[in-house]
Amino acid sequence: MDSLIRLLKENARLSDEQLAVMLGVSADEIASRIADYEKKGVIKGYSVITNDELVDQNLVTAFIEVKATPQADFGFEDLARKIMSYDEVDSVTLMSGSFDFAVTLTGTDYKEIALFVAKRLSTIEGVISTSTHFVLKQYKKQGFIIENEAEDERGFVSP
Amino acid sequence: MDYDKLIADKCREMKPSGIRKFFDLANQMEGVISLGVGEPDFQTPWNVRQAAITALERGKTKYTANSGLSDLRSSISGYIKKSLGVSYDPEHEIIVTVGGSEGIDAAIRSVVNPGDEVLIVEPCFVCYSPIVSLSGGIPISIETKAEDEFRLTPAQLKEKITDRTKLLILPFPNNPTGAIMERKDLEGIAEILRGTDILVLSDEIYSELTYSGKHCSIVELEGMQERTILVNGFSKAYSMTGWRLGYVAAPAPVCQQILKIHQYAIMSAPTVSQYAAIEALTHCDDDVKKMRDEYNMRRRWLVKALNDIGLDCFEPKGAFYVFPCIRSTGLSSEDFCERLLYEHNVAVVPGNAFGECGEGFIRISYAYSLKHLMAAVECMKEFVEKVKKEKN
Ligand SMILES: Cc1ncc(COP(=O)(O)O)c(C=O)c1O
Repeated sequence: MDSLIRLLKENARLSDEQLAVMLGVSADEIASRIADYEKKGVIKGYSVITNDELVDQNLVTAFIEVKATPQADFGFEDLARKIMSYDEVDSVTLMSGSFDFAVTLTGTDYKEIALFVAKRLSTIEGVISTSTHFVLKQYKKQGFIIENEAEDERGFVSP
Repeated sequence: MDYDKLIADKCREMKPSGIRKFFDLANQMEGVISLGVGEPDFQTPWNVRQAAITALERGKTKYTANSGLSDLRSSISGYIKKSLGVSYDPEHEIIVTVGGSEGIDAAIRSVVNPGDEVLIVEPCFVCYSPIVSLSGGIPISIETKAEDEFRLTPAQLKEKITDRTKLLILPFPNNPTGAIMERKDLEGIAEILRGTDILVLSDEIYSELTYSGKHCSIVELEGMQERTILVNGFSKAYSMTGWRLGYVAAPAPVCQQILKIHQYAIMSAPTVSQYAAIEALTHCDDDVKKMRDEYNMRRRWLVKALNDIGLDCFEPKGAFYVFPCIRSTGLSSEDFCERLLYEHNVAVVPGNAFGECGEGFIRISYAYSLKHLMAAVECMKEFVEKVKKEKN
């Protein structure tokens, strides 16, 4: 992976100047590379990684397996588009294996999500079945450990 | 019992290590943000750990040959050939040791007679001088300077050579300064040594961690292999400190003598670690590069950040240490470190722990995540501002 992207994935708040120093190039070059990545859609946005339990105790996240029939002309494209058009949907991913789409949803209670799946998702034409799993606890997200980060076990050892 | 009377004079006279003293202070405190340790923060690459597990499963739990597994010695020989372009016979010129540490100890003991002078390039890792003294040798410091980027200059070397000089200990890339010796620098040193009977102990434990082109070893230079004992190991390059594995490569007649010490003191290096080390040498080039790139990023950031807060530091091109000058604060190295520890909970090591010429400097390790480094430098900034205000 490009080292600029890797650094931004770890901390998107690093300034162009800081990134420039770390990578041994000029701040202008960093700015223009980032602008280029944004323009080309390589970088889609900048977000924040949170411990959701601390953000809002009532947040409920669900992971839904969706089985579907691909459509003649568009394959899964059209279906994906329909699923992702709902604001509640965080992510839609086409998968290999025993189901077709992995969909994640966030809501404020279990019932709301269950109803959304029943009324909106499973009624989309082409969707054969859904299976809803609620998230109980998240341990690691995008490379960040959510709780109880491992302690540095290195002691002050030296001759 | 009067133990003091019973203890060997040479052992009693050994000074406790300056790093130790400071670490003992740090150990008594809670919540210390450390920039002190000298070992990598990365995990040993998974395939290396897997190789050790496999070795255990296969019951590889016996002693190996005294000089180490034959396959490992061949891999070491191949690695040296590839990285330095120099050939060592795995049968007679390579010994696998318990870390570079044992290699340094056995190497010094194999060549130093009472009264022999041993030139030690300072600031440096703290083990050389006590071991030389244990052998009855006389440690002679050569003090490198910040304005030379802590490189050893031919003039400095020449000045200290006498007819009793037996050995030059060459510790580059350097702990604590991060200094390196490039080919042109080594040429000047080799030029002086060629016509003499002086041996070289080249401690190249940080050889994989250089950031301005490939590491150059003195053994690559004409006429130097025959007078050099090369020490390296797995601790730093492969993040394998706890595996306790290193090696010595030296001319056969010297190796033969080192082997006697090694076999009486150690028998053989840890067997499981030896199997793991074969994997490290043969399948971890990408991991080493990844770690090096990461260190490099931190290094660049840290050097700039320290200069920005008013602690001048030259650009260290090797190892994982930065060695900023703290004279602008008006404090001694030890006062600086003690106050930084007590008042801001940040642990760094006073430069004078690595030799008197380290006074006025501190050693900062960047074997830490960027996030950790950033938090620590923020505390240091407050401290430096405070101290400078007090001074005015
Ligand atoms: C310069 C130098 N040499 C040798 C060693 C010893 O390393 P090991 O015995 O783990 O190989 C160290 C460790 O800190 C070092 O800094």
